[in-house]
Amino acid sequence: MPGLVHVSTTINGNPTDFLCEPRQSLLEVLRDVLGMTGTKEGCNDGNCGACTVVFDGRIVTSCLVLGVEAQDKEITTIEGVATPEGLHPVQQAFLENAALQCGICTPGFIVATKALLDREPDADEGRIRHWLAGNLCRCTGYDKIVRAVLDAEDKMKA
Amino acid sequence: MASNIVLSEVEYNVVGKRHLRPDGVDKVTGRAQYGADVQLTGLLQGKVLRSPHAHALIKSIDTSAAETFPGVHAVVTAADLPFASLSREELGGEYQRLKLASNHVLASDKALFKGHPIAAVAAESQHVAEEAARLIRVEYEVLPPAMTVRQAMESDAPLLHEDLFTSELGELSDKPSNVASHMAFETGDLDEGLKQADVVLEREFETASVHQGYIEPHNSTAFCNTDGQLNIWCSTQGPFVVRTSVADILRHPVSRVKVTPMEIGGGFGGKITAYLEPIAALLSRKSGRPVKVLMTRTEVFEASGPAPGTWMKVKLGVTSEGKITAADIFLAFEAGAFPGSPVMQGAACALACYDVPNARINGYDVVVNKPKTAAYRAPGSPQAAFAVESVIDEICEQMGMDPVEFRLRNASREGVRRVEGPIFRRIGLVECLEAARNHDHYKAPLEGPNRGRGVAAGFWFNRGFQSAVNISVNPDGTVNLIEGSVDIGGSRASIAQQAAETLGIAYEDVKPTVVDTDSIGYTMVTGGSRTTFATGWAAIEAAEDVKTQMVERAARIWDTPVEDVQYIDGVLSHKSDPELRMTFRELARQLLGTGGGITGASNVDPTGEGNGFGVHIVDVEVDPDTGKTTILRYTAVQDAGKAIHPSYVEGQMQGGVVQGIGWALNEEYFFNDQGQMMNSSFLDYRMPTALDLPMIDTVIVEVANPGHPYGVRGVGEVPIVPPLAAIGSAISHAVGRRIDRLPANPGAVLEALS
Repeated sequence: MPGLVHVSTTINGNPTDFLCEPRQSLLEVLRDVLGMTGTKEGCNDGNCGACTVVFDGRIVTSCLVLGVEAQDKEITTIEGVATPEGLHPVQQAFLENAALQCGICTPGFIVATKALLDREPDADEGRIRHWLAGNLCRCTGYDKIVRAVLDAEDKMKA
Repeated sequence: MASNIVLSEVEYNVVGKRHLRPDGVDKVTGRAQYGADVQLTGLLQGKVLRSPHAHALIKSIDTSAAETFPGVHAVVTAADLPFASLSREELGGEYQRLKLASNHVLASDKALFKGHPIAAVAAESQHVAEEAARLIRVEYEVLPPAMTVRQAMESDAPLLHEDLFTSELGELSDKPSNVASHMAFETGDLDEGLKQADVVLEREFETASVHQGYIEPHNSTAFCNTDGQLNIWCSTQGPFVVRTSVADILRHPVSRVKVTPMEIGGGFGGKITAYLEPIAALLSRKSGRPVKVLMTRTEVFEASGPAPGTWMKVKLGVTSEGKITAADIFLAFEAGAFPGSPVMQGAACALACYDVPNARINGYDVVVNKPKTAAYRAPGSPQAAFAVESVIDEICEQMGMDPVEFRLRNASREGVRRVEGPIFRRIGLVECLEAARNHDHYKAPLEGPNRGRGVAAGFWFNRGFQSAVNISVNPDGTVNLIEGSVDIGGSRASIAQQAAETLGIAYEDVKPTVVDTDSIGYTMVTGGSRTTFATGWAAIEAAEDVKTQMVERAARIWDTPVEDVQYIDGVLSHKSDPELRMTFRELARQLLGTGGGITGASNVDPTGEGNGFGVHIVDVEVDPDTGKTTILRYTAVQDAGKAIHPSYVEGQMQGGVVQGIGWALNEEYFFNDQGQMMNSSFLDYRMPTALDLPMIDTVIVEVANPGHPYGVRGVGEVPIVPPLAAIGSAISHAVGRRIDRLPANPGAVLEALS
């Protein structure tokens, strides 16, 4: 078995240390090493977006990032979106707009949506569809997801 | 922006409202536990070794190098399955259920599709299991594959099963064949019907294999204890079906198998078959440790159950007044490697939208060297509808008739007998057609070059089957609702709403929980558009049981005959003494001191399922240079009977439409000449993204199903039926050439144009 590598990183604002094999992806580290199973695996080849996390300010599919690349980085996962006080407006909007059915793609959509609205609070429907084109949902046909994102924009301004 | 319309006949207090789903917070925060999230002490990881060949004899399997690889705890093959090597003679009528099902789980003497499981390894980690699986030596004798129904039906086609004989209208043939069965439906006099017709049109169609495309791959974790208790945690639409399959295939007592359904990341019919569960159980039995087995996305494509590719012929006869007099239909569906395509359902759905006096439908179930097909949302109906609705559209075009008006003239309604026998009760196709005709979308002219509009109708039976629900009253006046129906798209909400409505309490006072197979009565799959209908019915009956017991308790407390107590809108009262009155909550608080808690229970098998219909309108624009089709506008109309939770009904309609758009425009299994799938990733198997689509408008029509207390019909499957034909016809009108093959991807459209 290959030797383990010590990695120091920051996840959801918390300084975090872990050991991983060089061949393990960040997705594997999050789920199997750190037990943070909110980030989902749908394809393991970067095409579905279910494992989307924010990586030093950019959204990435964590299945295409190696765990060792997290050294000295700032990572936000779905577990870091809500606060002890309650849901983030994006989460609340997904819930109220029935923007999820099975829910497996939802963490990835919420992380991606929050990243969009943090920089473009007035994104229109076309921009939202373009931004979310890297996240596959097979249940909803995206209609209620797009509506939820527009609703989240209103909630975040209120 | 687009619109969502609900045309309600009856209003209720809780039913029909857009409540928040009880599992919603867990699902938007990542806390919901799906099958891949299961963690157990001592958990091993499994990996399945699969056939690289579409068709090959397995001469030998040498697992010795894998068994001694560091970190490996168990290796299994079909030799570990009790029925895998038995013959048809030895198993008789159980041959398909035991032998073929075993061979589907792990191949014994023959690999029948690329991806067919050959062996499996349990090891300390996923990577170690993968390395060890690669060390298993399998000697194959590669055979030529049969990849399409046309090819497999040829007399000199490679035979998949030496012992498969055609069931020819119920009689077994004497020569082995890839045609597993030939069935037929007939009504009236076909020749006479064709003679009455002024226009007769015959067309031929083909559609490709497609996948359900759920985002969560299959997963299964099993622990087989030394006392024989087998526990399974998995992603399934039917925990009781998994329990039965595992017990059958492993010859394990069904009462010693407990299946816990985890949250499920999509299914659409594809998560009913037990692919991984028997393998995980075998690995656990051998290693003495819990074992988790996951599929990769490629394995999902190659080795779960796609919807069948088809070859179809439709001949329709129509009078000059636009009345269908005759239909002659041929359907040949790919079963995949083992018998069992949904050709029977396709045949029964093909003409269900219309009152056709003379018809003959022949259906063929044909094995090919592809993964065995599974259910996919209204299995069989979308393909059949593509063929029939496309011919109707072409006839309308030739005759200059409005396609909605034509369908209204022929529409099935109450009293019409379907070609396979049943007579329709109250149904809502006419109402759907009228709603479509009255919709802004249909009234708006479609202008501009390279644009076309398509209309199509679709049918699905909707199902009943068994469900169970228990409801216990809490001291604070809330209730716990225990159900066996996996929640795949908001059904905790729709079931809780029906219980709350029946009990006359608030929606928030019902807490639904989905439990394992030890903890609730037999409940059939979440599928067949049955859950809100049948499990909803079970919730209503359990709630009625609670009400009966609450009335008895009130009578005991008031020391009065039961007949004097009434229960109205969550309030118990004495019929003649206005002083004696208690709310549900007030009585709930007193239960423990007056005889103990109250639990209502029900096991139901309702037969009043309400058939479902939908009518879709789509506008497309085709780029003549690239052949790419853009969906400009889409409207789906559907009779829901009663939309218990309108948002999730709309969600079913929109999701089904978009899967249909993918089926029509892009999705297909693409094979090389050796029968190997060449596009087994989401990059190359192109499902619709948010960027490919407009909003999907919906109209919910509510023609109450007389067979359900709140009129529910079930909604999940109808929406995928019309899109193939609606889009095919829209493209045809845009480019002036008929579309008779799907997917109508850019290459196919350019070919049609050339």
